[in-house]
Amino acid sequence: MSRNVKSCLIWAFVGLMLAVMYIPILILIIYSFTGAKALGVWSGFSFELYADLFTNESILGAFKNSFILAFVSAALATILGTTAAIGIFHMKKWRKSASNFIANITMENAEIVTGVTFMMFFLALRLPYGWATLIIAHTMITTPYVILSVTPKLSQLNPNLYEAGLDLGASPMRSVFTVIVPQLIPGMLSGFVMAFTLSFDDFIVSKFVNGSVETIPVYLYNALAKRGADPTLRALSSVLFIAVLTVLIALNVVSAKRKKKAQKASA
Amino acid sequence: MESNVENLINATTGEQPGAEEKAPRKTKLKIRGMKRSAFAMPYLALSIVFVIVPLFIMLYYAFTDGDGNASVANFVHFFVRPNIMAVMGKSFLIALLTTAVCLVLAFPLALALSSTTLNKKFILVMLFVLPMWINSLLRTYAVKIVLYMLEISNAWVAVTIGMVYDFFPFMLLPLYSVLSGMDRSLIEASQDLGASPLKTVFKVQLPLSLPGIVSGVLMVFMPTVSTFAISDVLGDTSTYMFGNIINQWFANSGGWNIGSAYSLLLLILIAATVILANKITKGQAEVGGVL
Amino acid sequence: MATATREKFDNIIEIKNVTKVFDGITAVDNVNLAVRRGEFVTLLGPSGCGKTTLLRMIAGFELPTSGTILLEKQNVTTMPPHVRPINTVFQKYALFPHLNVFKNIAFGLKLKRIPTGEFDKKGNPILRKYTKDEIAEKVERVLKLVNLEAYGYRGITGLSGGQQQRVAIARAIVCEPKVLLLDEPLGALDLKMRKEMQLELAAMHKNIGITFIYVTHDQEEALTMSDKVVVMTDGAVQQYGTPKAIYDEPANAFVADFIGESNILSGVMKEDFLVEFCGAKFKCLDKGFGKDERVDLVVRPEDIEIDTKKGMLEGKVVSTVFKGTYYEMEILAGDYQFTVQNTVERLPDETVWLSIKPDGIHIMKKLKTVNEYVGEVLTENTVEFCGGEFEFVNTDGFERGDEVKVQIPFDKIELTDDEDDGVIGANVTQTLYKGSYYQVQVYTDDDNDFLVDTVDEWDIGDRVGIKINAENITVTKKEEESEKSEKIEPAENEAEEAEDGE
Repeated sequence: MSRNVKSCLIWAFVGLMLAVMYIPILILIIYSFTGAKALGVWSGFSFELYADLFTNESILGAFKNSFILAFVSAALATILGTTAAIGIFHMKKWRKSASNFIANITMENAEIVTGVTFMMFFLALRLPYGWATLIIAHTMITTPYVILSVTPKLSQLNPNLYEAGLDLGASPMRSVFTVIVPQLIPGMLSGFVMAFTLSFDDFIVSKFVNGSVETIPVYLYNALAKRGADPTLRALSSVLFIAVLTVLIALNVVSAKRKKKAQKASA
Repeated sequence: MESNVENLINATTGEQPGAEEKAPRKTKLKIRGMKRSAFAMPYLALSIVFVIVPLFIMLYYAFTDGDGNASVANFVHFFVRPNIMAVMGKSFLIALLTTAVCLVLAFPLALALSSTTLNKKFILVMLFVLPMWINSLLRTYAVKIVLYMLEISNAWVAVTIGMVYDFFPFMLLPLYSVLSGMDRSLIEASQDLGASPLKTVFKVQLPLSLPGIVSGVLMVFMPTVSTFAISDVLGDTSTYMFGNIINQWFANSGGWNIGSAYSLLLLILIAATVILANKITKGQAEVGGVL
Repeated sequence: MATATREKFDNIIEIKNVTKVFDGITAVDNVNLAVRRGEFVTLLGPSGCGKTTLLRMIAGFELPTSGTILLEKQNVTTMPPHVRPINTVFQKYALFPHLNVFKNIAFGLKLKRIPTGEFDKKGNPILRKYTKDEIAEKVERVLKLVNLEAYGYRGITGLSGGQQQRVAIARAIVCEPKVLLLDEPLGALDLKMRKEMQLELAAMHKNIGITFIYVTHDQEEALTMSDKVVVMTDGAVQQYGTPKAIYDEPANAFVADFIGESNILSGVMKEDFLVEFCGAKFKCLDKGFGKDERVDLVVRPEDIEIDTKKGMLEGKVVSTVFKGTYYEMEILAGDYQFTVQNTVERLPDETVWLSIKPDGIHIMKKLKTVNEYVGEVLTENTVEFCGGEFEFVNTDGFERGDEVKVQIPFDKIELTDDEDDGVIGANVTQTLYKGSYYQVQVYTDDDNDFLVDTVDEWDIGDRVGIKINAENITVTKKEEESEKSEKIEPAENEAEEAEDGE
């Protein structure tokens, strides 16, 4: 009996926490289907906000910008991060700790400090704020996360694999690209996804170096903090919520299934 | 093929075999060709240019005045203004409060999620962690609507609720991974030795999850101190965080020197916290073994 | 010596004074070795003896700290592995998981450049790649060789251990290397599979005629497959010779103990062809030792004859175990407990007579007859060596600061269970049963080794303390440098002897 009570209590607690977590999101989504300007007012069901959203040039433009920026910088970060992971993994002693320290700087540092240092640096370089500065900044802040997701794959590799490549006549460079890199693809993919998401999400660093390029988070920040809440934001937020949740749940389900399959295969 | 090999050999040693034998111990032998560690060079070089050099530029700004003359006035500015110290203090208070609330809520939740009742249900854990991947501005906006509907208008309360809501998953995740990775026989041993479930939590699970607590505290406290968006959206000038002040100084070009000084102070604070946290987790590892 | 030049010319691999030090630990210690073209040579030794490190230096994955490696008279010491005409079969196969069997095997071929027969303006040969058809043909041929004809388009992960092993071998030999290196290739297979693969490998070696250098810690594997065996321990070559020579005439007690079952005893050479042990004198075939020189000797269990009435040594059966085709008996004769194999069973407590024919006794020079170190006198009656302060009897009036030579006989050292009971701590690294006592080798923390004769049994890895009574420490004036270099010599000489003796 007491065992049942205990498990009921646990379920109730977890359920309550989940509710608290998701009710704000749910409310936001519900109120995106009403056209009322003021928050928390229901003025009848309508798709008005969505119609506004999909005709709003600046939002659509920002969305496109965010996508391009996230894709390009995640691709660059994946290349840089994978090579860096391979290099750092094979370093020894102080070189390794020094390299890890460098890779940790942007991860540990407050985003606002990273943002302002980029801003001052690009000014000193006379590099105008815009696409170039955004891509550089995003690549640099997302690369460490690619390193983080590739390194565990490296430590799982058969240590003789690279040597087998050399042994069969491949140069060190070739050995790395034809033998090692193919084994790292799962880690690189998850690194890419992580880099993409981080870049797509970032507004602190972007805000300092974006120039006239508006991304979705920058648009959101400006809209929320400065322009006052524009009701279209409710529709935009709902779309983003649903999109992110769908993609993440799909990714997780796929990887969970794959794990199960792998377990079955090995057993 | 034969002569090809020969060429290579001569190229690698640069000497005839006989000549090499005479002084084999002195010259340090080296295999020709690149090492794998060289693959880190592009990233490290870019990091030095785009991460480390900018930090030095910040240092330069922090220690000069508007005309480029060396000065510590920017730091004096910080320490002589009582209202700035007050903002600093308040910002710490809010961050501490947020961290504490997150910890108090996340620890029991992590315990529940890793308990046998829920049997580490993957989908539940995922549901709690998913919001981490949603832009914090969006989540803040959702909170804003709820607060508006609940008619909570106190800026302090609003900002704290917003921050707890935003950063809660960052506390939950490390706690859950430590607790779910913990050997179940430890808990059974504790109960076997006569500890009640509650005693087991406080005497065994809590101390052993210290590394998770430390990293959770770090992951919540640091961004809370330096954020400016949540306060911008939910609060007013009374809830300014350290990040807001830095943001403001950098908003106009005349404030970069003072802004840099403040950023430097924030950086030092972060470094100190990270070092402290590393010390705590290291000490724990030595005492409690690797878990 | 005239044949020596011809022999040398036929050496495909020559290893000269090769030493490898990892972070201050010597893994390979001044090894000299020559491998003849077409031979199957096995590097045999316990784990950590440096055999794999030596193989990796031949492959080019490790660089010797000093010394040279010659391939067909060319110095290849620093040549990168991808241009060495040597291929390796790795311990855990190291097959590329993203490629199928065919592509794994074709990997090396695709990278290979062969001369077209034409020359460019500078007279250098023009090179070309293998064509697709040539590659396919070669791969098919080698798949047939390793009995995997139908497996070309299978993935790697679905193959059994034995099949992966075959693919790894095929991948290496398809490149037609001058030397094929095999690093414990059968270690991951089960016993039955291993026996099969041993025979297949030996047959393959005969078929393709490539020089094989094979690393293993399994002495049976080494003896059955190879033309020559190199026995290694502590980074040094102990003996190099044919399996038969190694079994019948082990160079020292270590080799005798490592290869096969054996009775290892201490004896005294009375004169040429006469040795005394167990209180009796035996005829033997060995000569050239000093009069009354202490020697190690080995008697194989199957070389001891048992009779109920007459013989050289009287003994009592302690135990008898049936081993399928023979009985293995422990027989106590005097202080020594012999292991004897015979087809006739003797029951425990039965009194028997043992006799050994001259060719059943193999005499070996003692590697070391006394523990010897360099020390420094600290006070009137204490001397420091091997990182500890020992009391000694100062009869020669040494003074503080004198550098001295310290000698302690093997049987005058006491090992203690508790490290703190001894003056210095050490780890047991080797133990050798010598009939009536154990010869234990211990390593001190400052990298010195002690040989200790003791009746107690110690396990390898035991942590012990070392205690020596003051009267058992002989301190004499330190002579000039000569001893140190001599210390390494015996093993090396024997290796060369074996080589010349071929």
